[in-house]
Amino acid sequence: MVEKLVGIRWHGRGGQGAVTSAELIAQAAINEGKYAQAFPSFGPERRGAPVQAFNRIDKESPIKIRAEVTQPDVVVVLDPGLLSIIKVTAGLKEKGLVIINTKKTAAQIRADFDIANRIATVDATKIAKEVLRVPIVNTTMIGALIKATEVINMESVKEPLANRFGKLAQRNFDAMKRSYDETVVEEQR
Amino acid sequence: MAKRKGIEVSIALSDAVKLTNADVIAAYPITPQTHIVEHLAELVANGELDAAFIPVESEHSAMSACLGSSATGARTFTATAGQGLELMHEVLYVASSMRLPIVMAVANRALSGPLSVWGDHSDVMAVRDTGWIQIFVENGQEAIDHTICAFRIAEDNRVLLPVMVHLDGFHLTHMIEPVTLPEEEDVSRFLPPNRYPLPLDPVKPVAMGDFAPPVIYTEAKWAQEINLRNSKSIILEVWREFEKAFGRKYLPVEHYRSEDAKTLIMTMGSFSETASLAVDSLRQKGESVGQIKLRLWRPFPFKELRDAVKNADTLVILDRALSYGGPGGPVCTEIRAALYNEAKKPKIVSFVGGMGGRDISVAGFEQIITQGMEIARKGSPNEYEIFGVRE
Repeated sequence: MVEKLVGIRWHGRGGQGAVTSAELIAQAAINEGKYAQAFPSFGPERRGAPVQAFNRIDKESPIKIRAEVTQPDVVVVLDPGLLSIIKVTAGLKEKGLVIINTKKTAAQIRADFDIANRIATVDATKIAKEVLRVPIVNTTMIGALIKATEVINMESVKEPLANRFGKLAQRNFDAMKRSYDETVVEEQR
Repeated sequence: MAKRKGIEVSIALSDAVKLTNADVIAAYPITPQTHIVEHLAELVANGELDAAFIPVESEHSAMSACLGSSATGARTFTATAGQGLELMHEVLYVASSMRLPIVMAVANRALSGPLSVWGDHSDVMAVRDTGWIQIFVENGQEAIDHTICAFRIAEDNRVLLPVMVHLDGFHLTHMIEPVTLPEEEDVSRFLPPNRYPLPLDPVKPVAMGDFAPPVIYTEAKWAQEINLRNSKSIILEVWREFEKAFGRKYLPVEHYRSEDAKTLIMTMGSFSETASLAVDSLRQKGESVGQIKLRLWRPFPFKELRDAVKNADTLVILDRALSYGGPGGPVCTEIRAALYNEAKKPKIVSFVGGMGGRDISVAGFEQIITQGMEIARKGSPNEYEIFGVRE
């Protein structure tokens, strides 16, 4: 990433773990000595409803801004069904990147939806079902995010994963690793 | 060595309460304070914190339970927000007049209606005159530090007053960010055991919270007022001690690039950090702009405030609460009053914004400051300006 301060917006549905993803990313970044924020779109939580979560990561200095990320560098979409009901790229910087959990290729996504930005894709649901045996893709999508942006190191997520998932941490790490390997990132356009 | 880690501010604040070794927590969960109370309940249930957790049926009961607990000399903590603070309202006065060193975190929230669980300072302003010491924090580290300091201030036998630590609902309570939790032994060294001078004791009975006929009521209230005013020097002393022990310095009025600034923006709480970025940006554009931040709300820091603004031409104040039908934002109104008799004072422009969880961006703060400068020059027909409202 070229920007010093990286803003990430997560799109998911209540219960899919978008907030947990953001939390794990921030904790990993902070463990690397960076500055980071993670927070949900504020308000009551409802299972199944579209939700957002946010990250800011800064390599050098404390983050002072306390407002939602309205012009993200990266958008991560946990649920492909959201693409047809909300404009996930709203406010996304021109050079920004959309990372989508989907069976489709970037070209197919571009044909179906009005997305001008660079796209990265991974079938995270398939990976999660096979590795975690549940279709919860939040940790899997962290692998895709790391592949596409290198905003943190894979190793740094291990400790936050262990704190959060205990015995299930390794399996989540495996899903993350596989997603890292399988994520297809479009070339700079 | 205290370790820096990424943690939700609510959880960090609860961990700070654990470090103070609180004896009693009586609380009722309410958004956006919930995570604080949940985590404390967990710490008590897990045996990590040796305290009595009293799950009461309302905030009125929470504060009432805190009265009883604190009166026995137990180190007592509670937390609430918005409507919960309102439901406690009448008991808050009793806590301060009975001189009970209760510490309460308030996850600042808007007041109904329309129903809003989101953050602003309506709840703070509604409890302004309850006689509590009140402190604003602007980030997670300050939430931890001031929770620890609050116990030492409250329990100091020269003070013996309850303390509210105000942290913005959601913007702070639900934020994961890097904080450093102090080591337990350092906190124990900084915070001596609670030595309440006249605790409720069956062996040595005392009467507390008696009724006061006209012959004594004024004297009782005046004694309380003098005590709250005098607490400022002890608050400053505690913050100096805290700086010595932990290296972080706190002042009743904080400054940011304000020394030579012609225009000052004044803020409270978590939006202060965003506003400081607007100051940076305007400075880059050649504007003489700085910021002051109100940390100590009660007792009001008159001297520090007057010193902070005496060389400025314009003071723009952002309130996050409305005084309906009144002269402006509640904080602004007080500052106008505090400066009215000064020979040299800035023009004051009152803004109200960021209500009910509405964000104010860096660009938004730039707009507030530049519009404030213009109003200071040209005047305005309004008592105050409302920021960002859709007509």
